[in-house]
Amino acid sequence: MQISYRLLLTGTAALGTMAVPAAAQTLNLTVGIPRLSVAEYHRPYVAIWVEKEGATPRTLSVWYDYDMKKGEGTKWLRDVRQWWRASGRTMSFPADGVTGATRAPGDNKISFVAGKGPLGALSPGNYTLIVEAAREVGGREVVRLPFAWPPKPGASVKAQGSAELGAVALNFSK
Amino acid sequence: MKARLMIAGALAALMLPATAQAHRQWMMPSSTTLSGTESWITVDAAVSNDLFYFEHVPMRTDGIVVTQPDGSTGKIENAATGKYRSTFDVHLTQPGTYRIGSATTNVMGSYMLNGKQERLPRGTTKDKLASVIPAGATDVQVAEASNRNEIFVTLGAPSTGIFKPTGSGIELVPVTHPNDLVSGEAATFQFLLDGKPAAGLKVTVIPGGIRYRDALGQMDLVADQDGKVAITWPQPGMYWLNASVGGGREGGEGGGPGGPGAPGAGAPGAAPAPRPARPAGPPQRRAAYVSTLEVLAP
Repeated sequence: MQISYRLLLTGTAALGTMAVPAAAQTLNLTVGIPRLSVAEYHRPYVAIWVEKEGATPRTLSVWYDYDMKKGEGTKWLRDVRQWWRASGRTMSFPADGVTGATRAPGDNKISFVAGKGPLGALSPGNYTLIVEAAREVGGREVVRLPFAWPPKPGASVKAQGSAELGAVALNFSK
Repeated sequence: MKARLMIAGALAALMLPATAQAHRQWMMPSSTTLSGTESWITVDAAVSNDLFYFEHVPMRTDGIVVTQPDGSTGKIENAATGKYRSTFDVHLTQPGTYRIGSATTNVMGSYMLNGKQERLPRGTTKDKLASVIPAGATDVQVAEASNRNEIFVTLGAPSTGIFKPTGSGIELVPVTHPNDLVSGEAATFQFLLDGKPAAGLKVTVIPGGIRYRDALGQMDLVADQDGKVAITWPQPGMYWLNASVGGGREGGEGGGPGGPGAPGAGAPGAAPAPRPARPAGPPQRRAAYVSTLEVLAP
């Protein structure tokens, strides 16, 4: 059965044991949202999460219409469907430190600090950071950025979307 | 002869509203995977040949029950029945998995009395059987038919509270949750017949969209000794799943007890076959199961 009753993401222990780095590593992510020439444009819903084999996926950020009355913007969260299945459906919204507004076309920067907030502590291993975008009356796209933890100094990962996402880049700093 | 044909017709009518041969009953939810704190779905319900097109008769909505994730009974709203289909809404207010469906058990059959064949009254139940068969009746033929047609929809994360078997008819027990189906992945369901693993149950799965393709694309599966079948979905979309025992319907045995040619089935124009004397024993078991399953793209 694919169901698992996951704890709401608390940033502790979900992905492994606590690792306390001397200086906190930061994941710096740039998510390119393409400017599209379409008759009806809505900013995409975007979910960003990390997966590690055998561990519960951890949602880092979700950009959606969080400010609609009666939380109506959550109705379409399920359309970010890989994320919804991996993590979103076990969460409640708005989610502290995760919920964010939709973003305009362009390069959107966001960073996550290890040991803090939604990223929490990461145990050493191989991870994938996943960015999924789904646009109302538009399409959907997923890009995957594999990375090793702890990262090597100067490591960076890039991926290129083709329709709903542009260039997506991840690097690390302390 | 005429009486026998009438009985055959009456028996068919007594099954699921119009589970007549070659027609498929189905419910089609607007969505099976939902987010938000509450949501509505709307459901089309019809009986047709092609899946999922309303082109024959509507399915009746009066027997449809909503079971909410906590096990309490919900309701259908805004029900309407048109020429070809019924439609109704369900308001999802609890997180988890809902069941929307109908489950009926009917006893049907006939007996001979004073040289005339009589059929059992509509709505006969097993415990009333003795009282509806008059003294002096001979050649009693009885079949008990349990029919279940259900769909599942989930608000938030799938839950399993509603899958507690009742022990009556064919039931689906998730190994893979029916609202967690993705094309290219194998899903496993367990089927029970009267609460026990339905070993050898024949299960038919047909993808929707028949109108726009030549091949039916039917998958024929047989449950293992634990009543389990594994299904790998070739593409995303809505699938019709059907399983039955007895009655010779799609998904069940062709012929055999209760199948075509069984007592009471009399083919039009055929001379009445010599009827073997059958004592009034335990009823033949007929059971059918129908569901519509949504398979998402990965």
